[in-house]
Amino acid sequence: MSTKDMSERPTTVLQSLNAAMHRLMAGDSRVVVLGEDILDPYGGAFKVTRGLSTQFPDRVLTTPISEGAIVGLANGLALRGMRPIAEIMFGDFVTLAADQLINHAAKFRWMYNEQVRVPLVVRTPMGGRRGYGPTHSQSLEKHILGVPGLWVAAPHALGDPGSLLEQSVALEDPVVFVESKVCYGRFLTRPAELRAEEIRTARSPFPTLHLTHRGGSPDGVIFCYGGMAPVALEAVERLRDVDGIRVDLVVVAQLSPTPTDHLEALLQRGISEVIAYAEEASSSAGWGAELVATIEEIRASIAPRRSIRHLRIGGAHTPIASSKEMELHDLPSAELVAERLLECF
Amino acid sequence: MKTGERIPLCNRDSSPNELYGLMFGIRTFEQSLLDLFQRGVLAGTTHTCLGQEATAVGVFSALNLELDCAFSNHRGHGHFLAYCGEAELLYLEVMGKPGGVCGGRGGSQHLQHRNLYSNGIQGGIVPVATGIALAEKLKGSGAVSVVFLGDGTLGEGAVYESFNIAALWQLPTLFVIENNGFAQSTPCALEVAGSIRARPEAFGIPTTEIRTTNVETIRNETSRCVDAMRDGAGPRALVLHNYRLGPHSKGDDNRDPAEIRAAWDQEPLKVLRERLDTTEVQLMEAAQTERIGRARERALAAPRYEY
Ligand SMILES: Cc1ncc(C[n+]2csc(CCOP(=O)(O)OP(=O)(O)O)c2C)c(N)n1
Ligand SMILES: [Mg+2]
Repeated sequence: MSTKDMSERPTTVLQSLNAAMHRLMAGDSRVVVLGEDILDPYGGAFKVTRGLSTQFPDRVLTTPISEGAIVGLANGLALRGMRPIAEIMFGDFVTLAADQLINHAAKFRWMYNEQVRVPLVVRTPMGGRRGYGPTHSQSLEKHILGVPGLWVAAPHALGDPGSLLEQSVALEDPVVFVESKVCYGRFLTRPAELRAEEIRTARSPFPTLHLTHRGGSPDGVIFCYGGMAPVALEAVERLRDVDGIRVDLVVVAQLSPTPTDHLEALLQRGISEVIAYAEEASSSAGWGAELVATIEEIRASIAPRRSIRHLRIGGAHTPIASSKEMELHDLPSAELVAERLLECF
Repeated sequence: MKTGERIPLCNRDSSPNELYGLMFGIRTFEQSLLDLFQRGVLAGTTHTCLGQEATAVGVFSALNLELDCAFSNHRGHGHFLAYCGEAELLYLEVMGKPGGVCGGRGGSQHLQHRNLYSNGIQGGIVPVATGIALAEKLKGSGAVSVVFLGDGTLGEGAVYESFNIAALWQLPTLFVIENNGFAQSTPCALEVAGSIRARPEAFGIPTTEIRTTNVETIRNETSRCVDAMRDGAGPRALVLHNYRLGPHSKGDDNRDPAEIRAAWDQEPLKVLRERLDTTEVQLMEAAQTERIGRARERALAAPRYEY
């Protein structure tokens, strides 16, 4: 965690990621970056790749509009010892690469009996609130969670996105790196009033951030990730300042496999009566659902007589509208998260 | 590296006798698999390359087996054996045993050994093989990347994304398109519109089309492609027309028996055998039969997983 960076001068999520991309390419000639429209001066649809093609022209490859082939090529590169970082312009298009992720990248290492590694990172921006409509606003990561052999990680503005990206490359297994398109411009900050603690383990290397109120156990906890981190934090502040309710925040970076050991560590610290799971996708068969199940399993074993009220808070179970008002209404806001929690007290 | 009973490989200098020997070895291996299935010894599925041995031997004998990479498909035993000859490791793999080339995890369609890979997803392997070509080009290794696809696989979009990128970036990918007349039960006429060779050509990929079961012709044409690619000439495609003599997998065959009988007249072993010395052929066949038999028996006797 580079709290140092944060205090020295304000850095945005975008700057953090872009700087990490530069460090990765400069530090390792095996790193190859490929994706659509990533050459300078354009530098990628969301500019994460800006400057790379000028600096490393031979290892930054702009591709045709072929998401399946982009990830397929990256798979081939990874099998042969390179360190590809592929960009899918909008997360919505990850469906076109699903076969490469699920039937190739995720399987090679295991099905070839550990004779190969697939050090692949697929970066892609997900999420709405930008008015891009039904096919450019989704949070599709829930569809690729739970695939054996495939990691899914999500940076957020309360952590260190650049380090998370470097960690993903260093892992040497396929990682889908889910960025939040509304968060690129956010500054990296952490609320001073909350105590921050990070959990990371060998089994679940991507850090879970635990933000707690000082003094005494909280009234509830909100779990979230990625673009929901600032939204959930706002809900935490609102509940504290307006309603006098103290809710902890847990920001997960490892979406898949579920960081069960982190959850265990959190529950060992104390079991809250109310836990909310805030995600931008509709909560049906989603990330929060998996956490509820996992946390219940842990609770049943460590505190069989206690009970937890679980609350999944997600977007509407419809496509995402282009209309600004409709979109904002249908995606979970800080007010909604706070209101849903308030109902529990 | 683990190894077992092996059959001898071929290269560009191998004699017709040697080419025949390798094709016969592959044929014997494949027939024995069908036999083992029939006897209930094997579980799951398998796709044999009966009638297509000349592709495996012709292509791999033209490669630098130390350097070049290959991505094979569901019908990959011939490719595997022509690449490394490891018959016992392949038997073990198909039998799902710990000693298999992938510890029994992959089985028939999911093989990996040195620079050879295979996967059972039609089309999906083609961009991966193209990425392998890109890696080797970036490394400056001089290796080429060969990928095998059947006529039916031409229905997959991933193939055309790969043609496009391989041509744009002038990658050393050799697309070996094998039209064996069928995709599972579907005849080519019901699944491929227009011309096969026009497909890679539309992307500016120089394409050689041959309608032959002559292994030497295939080796020569592959050699020409590979030499050009090694000189930096970009991708090449090889369209080979042949016929699948066996069932698609184990026993699923609804084709006209007369058509199959006619194809046996053109099959690659017969075509080559007619030019060879009968006594030498018999010696060669006996030696291969013995080797393959030894590999099979050793694999059959090897331990299974126990849980
Ligand atoms: C993506 C995908 N779709 C379907 C299948 C099932 N399948 C296996 S082999 C095959 C036929 C392939 O035909 P072709 O490409 O001509 O190869 P051949 O079997 O003739 O060697 C099919 C449909 C598959 N393995 N992968
Ligand atoms: Mg076919």
